[in-house]
Amino acid sequence: MQFGIFTVGDVTTDPTTGRTPTEHERIKATVAIAKKAEEVGLDVFATGEHHNPPFIASAPTTTLAYIGAQTERIILSTATTLITTTDPVLIAENYAKLQHLTDGRVDLMMGRGNTGPVYPWFGKDIRDGIALAVENYALLHRLWREDVVDWQGRFRTPLQGFTSTPRPLDGVPPFVWHGSIRSPEIAEQAAYYGDGFFHNNIFWPMSHTKQMVQLYRRRFEHYGHGAADTAIVGLGGQVFMRPNSQDAIREFRPYFDVAPVYGHGPSLEEFMDQTPLTVGSPQQVIDRYAAMRHDVGDYQRQLFLMDHAGLPLDIVLEQIEILGTEVVPVLRREMAIGRPEHVPDAPTHASLVAAAGGARDTTVHAKDDVTGRTAENAEATR
Amino acid sequence: MTNPAPRTSRRIAVVSAGLRQPSSTRLLADRLADAVNRQFALRDVDVDLRVVELREHAHDLTNHLLSGFPSEPLGRAIEAVTTADGLIAVSPIFTASYSGLFKTFFDVVEADALEGMPVLLGATGGTERHSLALEHAMRPLFTYLHAIVLPTAVYAATSDWGSEQDGDGSAPTGLTRRIERGARELAELVTARDPREAADPFAVPTPFEQLLAEG
Repeated sequence: MQFGIFTVGDVTTDPTTGRTPTEHERIKATVAIAKKAEEVGLDVFATGEHHNPPFIASAPTTTLAYIGAQTERIILSTATTLITTTDPVLIAENYAKLQHLTDGRVDLMMGRGNTGPVYPWFGKDIRDGIALAVENYALLHRLWREDVVDWQGRFRTPLQGFTSTPRPLDGVPPFVWHGSIRSPEIAEQAAYYGDGFFHNNIFWPMSHTKQMVQLYRRRFEHYGHGAADTAIVGLGGQVFMRPNSQDAIREFRPYFDVAPVYGHGPSLEEFMDQTPLTVGSPQQVIDRYAAMRHDVGDYQRQLFLMDHAGLPLDIVLEQIEILGTEVVPVLRREMAIGRPEHVPDAPTHASLVAAAGGARDTTVHAKDDVTGRTAENAEATR
Repeated sequence: MTNPAPRTSRRIAVVSAGLRQPSSTRLLADRLADAVNRQFALRDVDVDLRVVELREHAHDLTNHLLSGFPSEPLGRAIEAVTTADGLIAVSPIFTASYSGLFKTFFDVVEADALEGMPVLLGATGGTERHSLALEHAMRPLFTYLHAIVLPTAVYAATSDWGSEQDGDGSAPTGLTRRIERGARELAELVTARDPREAADPFAVPTPFEQLLAEG
């Protein structure tokens, strides 16, 4: 079971001080947060992707590569990569490059994004959201698996004889998750490919999350990837902790009350009751999250949203420390109890390479158009 | 596998957007519901009436707009409407149109959830001068939702509640006649149609090959 954090990179005013961080501060804070996550033993750091204020989450592979250079072990992921408005050719190239630079510590989560104008800014139409996710991913899937691709579709200029470079590290594409809050089509897509399915979980009641995960598991089995309980499931979560739960509530409430997304709406108590948001003691967080698998089955990845709504960096780092030292070690033990042997862990680069029968170099060498010789046989005959 | 026999009873949802308690909007909604009940009884059709009083969901409706999901009680209210075979929808007329609360409720119902649903409209207001709000505001709202809006829509002004009956008092008033006519239209149409069965996208997803092919 993997535990980690995910961030959307919002630049939000701290409502308790009125101070708004600069973009520069927030970008550097994101790096500090990722390094802290590795330091306290978490497994995954995932960043979102947005192309409008108040977010600093554009250019995710730049951020992830920079973090990758300063960390050793943590898996670098996304939450989410905008498969709708980003050219799948660029996704193929950028993340394969990131895979090489970080020696395979990469996976991705595909999502459709949430801001209407972002679609037209990138020449797309939000009403095509599902169709874009389907077509773009189908192309991405091929670009990582076929050296030379001829392709034609509805949303992008055709490709003839195209090779996406670099080829995936060791001949193994990064593992892909598909994230969706409410579209059964995306659960269906994840199941079709035998990819992972991630439910953001933090904005909706568990009854809904459960429905989406069950659909994905059922269809994963239908498409012949294995039994439903071996499908690869991830969930989001959201917590704020203090040793005394009343202190946690008192400290977090001003952030909650005006937070983007749900601020000025339901009360903190209502939202805690209706969604997985848990504000309280570390033990309360453990109890709540150890029970998630009763709803969705034994799962593979749990990500927590920790740095949002204007929480200052020092508090965020402190929260990640509590998460990594007091909560996750206990959750690892709890989640292992009664977990059937045949339920797999989330795929990693190492496990995918092993499953593929070992690493292979898949470099595609350019051919000289005139002689037909490649660079390597030219080298050999010199 | 054999399909279960279609339901013989019908489900009618009543949405009332009155703000006061007691409310004349609820009074009209109840009068319409009673009349619809009688009309179904004449046709030997059992009716399952579910009343949604929007005032009780006012906070949850705002929360839904902001958070994107309904509380459990609001979720049940929405389901009562979307799984109905017919709808009676009644709003007070405020500032030349239906009330904001009424609109908010139909804003959070899925856009295709009322497709093909017979709807009987009602509205209340201080004077008769606002009665056309039924035609220029409420009717287009439900037309947009692809509901089947019945020809008769019932408006009750304050004065209607005290209007004298014609002749010796045995004949119905104008309001009563309109209520009966609207109720008859709703019962006739709902009885003539098969019970609505809502599709569950989680039970039967669109196969991925079809999603790919549709492009």
